[in-house]
Amino acid sequence: MNINEKLATLKYNKDSESHLSVDNDVCMRCTDKCCTFICPANVYEWNEQKCTLTIRYENCLECGACKIACDKKNIFWRYPNSGFGVKFKNG
Amino acid sequence: MDKFEVAVIGAGPSGVSAAITLARAGKKVLLVERGDGAGDKNVFGGTIYAVQTADIFPEFWNSAPVERSITEQKIFMLTDEDSSQFSYKYKLREHKAFTVNRAKWDRWAVCQAVDAGAYYAPKTLVKQIIVENGKILGIETEFEKIYCEIVIIADGINSIFAKQLGLRNDIKDKDVSVSVKETIELPKEKIEDRFNLDEETGCACKILGGPLKNKMALGFMYTNKNTVSLGFSIGIDELKKHHLKPYEIMDELKSHPTISSYIKGGKVIEYSSHLIPEGGYNCIPKVYDNRVMVVGDAAMLVNNIHFEGTNLAMLSGKLAAETAIDALNRQDCSASVLSEYYKKLENSIVIKDLRTHKNTIDVIRKNISTLTSLYPELACQFFDIMSSADYIPKRAKYRKFLSTVIKKGMLPSVPLAILAMEKCFKK
Ligand SMILES: Cc1cc2nc3c(=O)[nH]c(=O)nc-3n(C[C@H](O)[C@H](O)[C@H](O)COP(=O)(O)OP(=O)(O)OC[C@H]3O[C@@H](n4cnc5c(N)ncnc54)[C@H](O)[C@@H]3O)c2cc1C
Ligand code: SF4
Ligand code: SF4
Repeated sequence: MNINEKLATLKYNKDSESHLSVDNDVCMRCTDKCCTFICPANVYEWNEQKCTLTIRYENCLECGACKIACDKKNIFWRYPNSGFGVKFKNG
Repeated sequence: MDKFEVAVIGAGPSGVSAAITLARAGKKVLLVERGDGAGDKNVFGGTIYAVQTADIFPEFWNSAPVERSITEQKIFMLTDEDSSQFSYKYKLREHKAFTVNRAKWDRWAVCQAVDAGAYYAPKTLVKQIIVENGKILGIETEFEKIYCEIVIIADGINSIFAKQLGLRNDIKDKDVSVSVKETIELPKEKIEDRFNLDEETGCACKILGGPLKNKMALGFMYTNKNTVSLGFSIGIDELKKHHLKPYEIMDELKSHPTISSYIKGGKVIEYSSHLIPEGGYNCIPKVYDNRVMVVGDAAMLVNNIHFEGTNLAMLSGKLAAETAIDALNRQDCSASVLSEYYKKLENSIVIKDLRTHKNTIDVIRKNISTLTSLYPELACQFFDIMSSADYIPKRAKYRKFLSTVIKKGMLPSVPLAILAMEKCFKK
């Protein structure tokens, strides 16, 4: 079961603006880019061609792991506005 | 909006317990939750504990949405392909613990607080705590400012407000685990057959080794009525060190032959994730100041050696509420009066137990390979000897087993284990 199939089990209400952002210049200098693998929802992906960090914020599970993992404290993290984001039915 | 005596941020177990205790004492309390409903944003294993939960919700099992009453605790020790299992199965004399679905349980718990007289504002994100000239005046949501005498911070592990007020520092990656879980639907009868249960009873399992070996990681599996909750938690530092993706470990765990036999044919109906505080006693922040107290996960009050979080959350919420009631009655909500909350925590099992396990995580960290790789291997080797009758003389088999024990430095490990335990429990 790949991550997209896992995420497809979830109910989301997508906000029009992202609740996650980074300073891309800092990411360019980051060697391990741990956000691209530690995130349980595979939200972050490094785009080699454009040299930018893609953030699929609409898949976020709101766990908070990325904010703690990023050594450079480069993730500006907040909860989505009320009414938006993930909604767990079982938890 | 009217002025409240207390505003509680977050309707998880700690916030609801605080709100219900205040409402029962006739205090005007507002409970604010960012989810559309309580529980919408929450994830746990898991089980709630009967004795402490009944302290807040007497005989809750008669009316609350509980799944199964636990009658078996099991530990799976996995090698790459095999496993040994240790289990404690008991007759259901009195309820010890129940599996629950957080989406249902949290909603039910909030209803009890509302019935007791608490005001409830769901679908409301608190943005910040209002501080003017150093004095906490209330909370600011997306919609309005709400004034109160005391704020109780119950916003969980990612607590923004404990940080805003300078009560807590940034969490270090080694002091927190990320956990992922899958809720797997199976026919009720299949669950009961596979786990040896009847209609009401349930099983709580912990999983060591296998795909989780040599890492600060622990798996879990719980039986609900029509679903099995399977997942694991792993230190964020471990994911970084070994370059691991949580969802890939999840799939490895599910495909381990022993685990897969329990969930075979099941349908994954939900994937989820949440953080767990792992720092214990050494990471408890300052939990009170003028006109404010911090409870539950926001105060890092989790005993992960015993898988206890909801109970400590509820107890801390209750103790904070009792302190608030006293402060409101005395018309003095200063830090010196609210410091009583920390004293109450110290005299309760919350701090007593966390202090007992002050060093345990460090000791486990040092011995993680022994625990998650060597022990499962030896246990399986032992059962292999006991279960195979062939043409190899038993003496040769025992010798081989003992040589692994000696080679891996296990023989001195008995006195070492005792020393380690003593070190753990040293104050
Ligand atoms: C995988 C896993 C397994 C676990 N297993 C067990 C177990 O078996 N037994 C056990 O006892 N414990 C277990 N725990 C721990 C337990 O879940 C927690 O300790 C407990 O939920 C803490 O309660 P809380 O009320 O402090 O925080 P939470 O339950 O996290 O509640 C915080 C609430 O605050 C709300 N909130 C946050 N920010 C805001 C804001 N700005 N505005 C408004 N609302 C906000 C959230 O939406 C949430 O409802 C487990 C945890 C995990 C992650
Ligand atoms: S870990 Fe932090 S700095 Fe590195 S790429 Fe990710 S967000 Fe950028
Ligand atoms: S909060 Fe969790 S799910 Fe969301 S982006 Fe960060 S690590 Fe991924």
